[in-house]
Amino acid sequence: MFAPQFDYYRASSVAEAAALLEQHPDSKVLAGGHSLIPVLKLRLAAPSALIDIGRIDGIRGIREEAGRIVIGALTTHAEIAASATLQSGATALSEAAGMIGDPAVRNRGTIGGNVAHADPASDLPAVLRCLGAEFSIAGSSGTRTVDAADFFEGLMTTAVEEHEILTSISLPSGSGGQGSAYAKFSHPASRYAVIGAAASVAVADGVCSAASVALGGLVPAPVRAEAVEDALVGKALSAGAIADAARCVGDSLDDDEVLGDVYASAEYRSAVAHVWVGRALTAAAARCG
Amino acid sequence: MTIPVSITVNGRRYDREVEPRLLLVHFIRDVLGLTGTKVGCDTSQCGSCTILLDGVSAKACTCLAVQADGASVTTIEGLAGDSELHPLQESFWNKHGLQCGYCTPGMILASHELLRCNADPSAEEIRHGLEGNMCRCTGYQNIVRAVRDAAETMQGGTS
Ligand SMILES: Cc1cc2nc3c(=O)[nH]c(=O)nc-3n(C[C@H](O)[C@H](O)[C@H](O)COP(=O)(O)OP(=O)(O)OC[C@H]3O[C@@H](n4cnc5c(N)ncnc54)[C@H](O)[C@@H]3O)c2cc1C
Ligand code: FES
Ligand code: FES
Repeated sequence: MFAPQFDYYRASSVAEAAALLEQHPDSKVLAGGHSLIPVLKLRLAAPSALIDIGRIDGIRGIREEAGRIVIGALTTHAEIAASATLQSGATALSEAAGMIGDPAVRNRGTIGGNVAHADPASDLPAVLRCLGAEFSIAGSSGTRTVDAADFFEGLMTTAVEEHEILTSISLPSGSGGQGSAYAKFSHPASRYAVIGAAASVAVADGVCSAASVALGGLVPAPVRAEAVEDALVGKALSAGAIADAARCVGDSLDDDEVLGDVYASAEYRSAVAHVWVGRALTAAAARCG
Repeated sequence: MTIPVSITVNGRRYDREVEPRLLLVHFIRDVLGLTGTKVGCDTSQCGSCTILLDGVSAKACTCLAVQADGASVTTIEGLAGDSELHPLQESFWNKHGLQCGYCTPGMILASHELLRCNADPSAEEIRHGLEGNMCRCTGYQNIVRAVRDAAETMQGGTS
């Protein structure tokens, strides 16, 4: 399959990329290309030009800064899965990145491309919503920071505007007594998420002192399962308490919004969502050290 | 628009002018005539186009040639030495890890990536590591045996 013709420009800095995006109407950013190239080959989009940001070194890699972990937009899924900093400080994220596609996909695909594309079946949006991520976005008029609740606006739409570039994503570093996990119901053929559940819990004095749960895969944009969180805080994280809390997930899902397809209907996904929430919570609780 | 690219494939540098939309797999097969790399699905699912891009595995049907400008590519043609097959090639041969052979170039390069990340994988780790590569003939059993065999040879060779 051949993509429609487009022009190609390689940016060496974020400022240059922003300028190129403005100079070329209907152009698109190219990062790893693992969502965009398939879209172009299927001719679902026909941009006039691609602005390749893949070689901008300043927006790649993982660093710790003022109590937060900062991940450059060009960091690959393989790098995130292998990062010791993320494995200990944001376990759910490294775990989810390691479940994306297959090794060759993880070598090329980037976190920035994954969230900017905002496919509902992607893994990372739910995890970043769960972990309270902040997104740094740059444009020709400067930079701004958006939190996860506002970043994911809906089906394949985010707060990144046409001429802007997502430069980095930051997370609070996990502290003692806290654990996080990601549980994924993979589509058996595509390996994308049919349901993805991310959970982060903290334990103090034997009871759950804080909980954050977010779901992806079955909804257009990731949602927090506040009903589950509320049911858990103040309780000891026993198997029974987790199962009971997980069953509240339906209260956080809007029936009209739940996605279905030939493989898994909306009704089915809604009915089994609690299982994946329970698994994520169980794994997160086991990691509270 | 055409863009000049300089891509080193199997140790030899090629300077060419390409259309931005040219896929790396078509650059390798049609521009350079190296047809060992296959196109199966053309939708990044099957892994038959797997190559090494700067030493790590990539699906060449989901990469533009312009993205590989300045990079070093290894295809199945570049894996063997002058007179010897790579241990993975030997093992696929000895353990009957192929039938029609269509998936084999990609399977071998994906196995190369697997052994780069994990020199001593279990059968289960091999299956997991080759998740992105499909074989419609062998039923995978002999592929897993071949990769295990290559891992043993390669470890024996280096220790
Ligand atoms: C076979 C296969 C299986 C996959 N399986 C999964 C899976 O199981 N789970 C999962 O979550 N994902 C999966 N993916 C998608 C994968 O994670 C992609 O890597 C990711 O969605 C896109 O990242 P990219 O760097 O390749 O972005 P690109 O394809 O380059 O870009 C994607 C979109 O985001 C925009 N964009 C990219 N970077 C930026 C930026 N920094 N700022 C602004 N806009 C930007 C582009 O303009 C484009 O619209 C799979 C992909 C393939 C090919
Ligand atoms: S042809 Fe590239 S993955 Fe199938
Ligand atoms: S040997 Fe025929 S597809 Fe694998």
